[in-house]
Amino acid sequence: MGHDTKFTNQEFKLVGTRPARPDGVDKVTGRARYGADISAPGQLVGLVLRSPYAHAKIKKIDISKAEKLKGVKAVITDADLPDNTKGNRDLLDILENCMARGRALYDGHAVAAVAAIDDQTARKALKLIKVSYEKLPHVTDVDEALKDGAPIIQDFVVDPRTKKNSNLCKLTTLGHGDIDAGFAEADYIVEQSFKTEQTHQGYIEPHACLATLGPDGAGELWVTTQGPFAFRSTCAELLGLDISKLKVTSSEIGGGFGGKTHVWVEPLALALSRKANRPVKMVMSRDEVFRASGPTSSTSIDVKMGVKKDGTITAAHAVLRYHNGAFPGFWGMLGAMTSFACYDIKNIKPVGYDVLVNRPKVAAYRAPSAPMAAFAIESTVDMLAHKIGMKPIDLRIKNAAKEGSRASYGPTYGPIGIGPTLDAAKNHPHMRAKLKKNQGRGMACGFWFNFGGQTCVDLNIGTDGSVNLIVGTVDVGGSRASLSLIAAEELGIAYEQVKTNIGDTASLGHNDMTDGSRGTFSSGMATIFAARNAIEVLKERASKMMDVPLEAIVWENGTAKAIGKGHSNMAPLSLKEIAAAAPKTGGPIAGHKEVVADNAGVSFASHICDVEVDPETGSTRVIRYTVIQDAGKAIHPDYVEGQFQGGAAQGIGWALNEESIYDKNGILQNPGFLDYRIPVCSDLPFIDTQILEIPNPNHPYGVRGVGETSIVPPLAAIGNAVSNAVGVRMSHIPMSPMRILKALDDA
Amino acid sequence: MAGVHISTTINGDMVEFACPQDETLLNSLRDRVGLTGVKEGCGTGDCGACSVTLDGRLVCSCLVLSAEVNGRNITTVEGMSEEGKLHPLQEKFIEHAALQCGICTPGFLVAAKVLLEDNPKPSEEEIRYALAGNLCRCTGYDKIVRAVQAAGKEMRKKRR
Repeated sequence: MGHDTKFTNQEFKLVGTRPARPDGVDKVTGRARYGADISAPGQLVGLVLRSPYAHAKIKKIDISKAEKLKGVKAVITDADLPDNTKGNRDLLDILENCMARGRALYDGHAVAAVAAIDDQTARKALKLIKVSYEKLPHVTDVDEALKDGAPIIQDFVVDPRTKKNSNLCKLTTLGHGDIDAGFAEADYIVEQSFKTEQTHQGYIEPHACLATLGPDGAGELWVTTQGPFAFRSTCAELLGLDISKLKVTSSEIGGGFGGKTHVWVEPLALALSRKANRPVKMVMSRDEVFRASGPTSSTSIDVKMGVKKDGTITAAHAVLRYHNGAFPGFWGMLGAMTSFACYDIKNIKPVGYDVLVNRPKVAAYRAPSAPMAAFAIESTVDMLAHKIGMKPIDLRIKNAAKEGSRASYGPTYGPIGIGPTLDAAKNHPHMRAKLKKNQGRGMACGFWFNFGGQTCVDLNIGTDGSVNLIVGTVDVGGSRASLSLIAAEELGIAYEQVKTNIGDTASLGHNDMTDGSRGTFSSGMATIFAARNAIEVLKERASKMMDVPLEAIVWENGTAKAIGKGHSNMAPLSLKEIAAAAPKTGGPIAGHKEVVADNAGVSFASHICDVEVDPETGSTRVIRYTVIQDAGKAIHPDYVEGQFQGGAAQGIGWALNEESIYDKNGILQNPGFLDYRIPVCSDLPFIDTQILEIPNPNHPYGVRGVGETSIVPPLAAIGNAVSNAVGVRMSHIPMSPMRILKALDDA
Repeated sequence: MAGVHISTTINGDMVEFACPQDETLLNSLRDRVGLTGVKEGCGTGDCGACSVTLDGRLVCSCLVLSAEVNGRNITTVEGMSEEGKLHPLQEKFIEHAALQCGICTPGFLVAAKVLLEDNPKPSEEEIRYALAGNLCRCTGYDKIVRAVQAAGKEMRKKRR
């Protein structure tokens, strides 16, 4: 069945209300089952041996003693994971990241794994594995890795310019116009370098799974993931299985933020299970999560921008160097793409460098790569404003992108929310609130693309008229409530009549991951059409029951109504009545829809932040924070606000505290929540939110993704606030007390 | 390693189990008693996801050995609702959308219950400091603090 995704401005009864989420009771009673919460008969405990070196050749792995230990059922190394990738280098990188193949590329790189009858035996077995390493020179700093003579991490990577072996794995030059001409037009030019440090998504639930794989090549994987279908295909490809013979069930997910879009221990658990022919449960420790999973890039960014006295930004140039960890990615490219996306600038040239270092393979983290680029660009925009004596917000309003502006990454924008968020910021009471001594205010803007992708849903109507909606996008933060609202809205029934469940890979067609802020956008779109599909069936059944031609049946307020001559006295049939008769009118009533949800509307936000800096200690407190973001249409405003607040809090942590610290040997020094300090309740104020609704023209309800943009502005908003509070430009994130004191000393 | 035999009260019920001497209460609760509502986020006492009460005192169960709990009284999130009814904190957490992924929720509920029993009318600051041992990565704590405030109000009303 065809479908038209155009925005129709329909009136809503339920969408936009705030009912209780359907999985709420499970989650407040401890009943909800996460990755580590299920067990299987005869299950083994799987553990991983990890490299203690940042870079080393693995000369020999002797597993004989470990294998002989009583209670050990399987020991695996790379020899148990043959290369099935058929020349697909990206896939081979994933395999090698899961288990080292002849060389350890970062502190924490998996080298071997065991499965044993219990945790204690598995730990003993790890100690019995003897690995002979030959240490190699390493590099963990993004700038050092680009220097001549830096240790080379991957011999297949060549500098695209010189064609020589290098750590530069990708160079992305974007933009339009002529920056030299643009800078010549400028009255003032500002140049500034910035650095940001590696952070971690910091989901509270470590990676965990329960894997079963038999000698028949059929298996099951219960796992905490943002994408069961992607995990299925990746694991099947890595292990040489038929995709349809592996059933992946996503558990409840205890936070992901992009970090659970990638496989780590899952292929190992399946390989151990295959070898032992028993179920294997693997749960990463927090230390392993920090050392081997997750992180973002650290960055080194140089920005040059030119402005006229009237506030017109004439040219913008940025060189953005992003570390990728030990395997090639496209994080610098994303940084370059997002860098100037908020502005309409005639001449721009962002250049992204993707750089290998001896750190874990970088993973997506909420609007990946955008926060660091925004930190550099939005700080520079503030510097331009100070240079010409204009208010930073006015400079932003003057140069903001609008409908018809050419985005820095290529396309031309449709209706977008950057202007309206800036206007709302300018008019917000927060902007006028008085500041006290040692306090400063900052603001910044942020952009994220959003993504649509493949989605399919099933909507089954029970004979009692209750509705079971099955979706394939994992619920990371309340999307079941939003999707139930959408189904109920379309069908014209009560919210409580709908139960949304997340399907496993054996019960639905392929769904892309819950990433790119696509969960409610894409599954919501499919739900609208599945519900309309079901309504067609309901109308057919009603036509039979009422003995009225189908053309004379309309669907109104959850009932089938006969219209036209001779039908005016006929009582409408409710969904419940039609459902009850289903066994006699043609069997089960269902709706189904698969879509590639293209044209996810781009998303913009403006944040305002007040900080107080203690000049004695350099310690900074966020005392007021306001998020203004375009949601397109907020289906369930509570969970939209929740995304705004959560992203802001993560950004605050990134700006002020969070940093993975590697020592001179390339070893992570703070692999725990004590020393990698994410914001706690007493660190934060209430976070005010303002939802704007500028409809996405390509979604029937106008929905845009909302999950990611909120982490983009905080680094810069806080950077600008701290700079204003202390009177010194802050250019290195996180702005820990030591860095602030040093900046004050240096000034 | 020799095992220990533990006899304890959990959520009002007598429970017995045997475990190795060095097993944490967290692992015993999850793997031997089946109370998987108690979550492990770090295993080092930094995240509060494994919060339970031990003789009424809030503890991280990952920092307590099961060998220490013989004869003592433990409550977990599974013991919060009574007679099929949710505790006001549980109700308010749902009503205020104070959870997104929900993994930290059991720990927050247990910690917030201890707070409100101890201090029925806490200020915002008191709530924030009382819950500072529980990490949440999804919400920015805004709706959690509001839910605890609302539950406190509800509980004070009921007491009157």
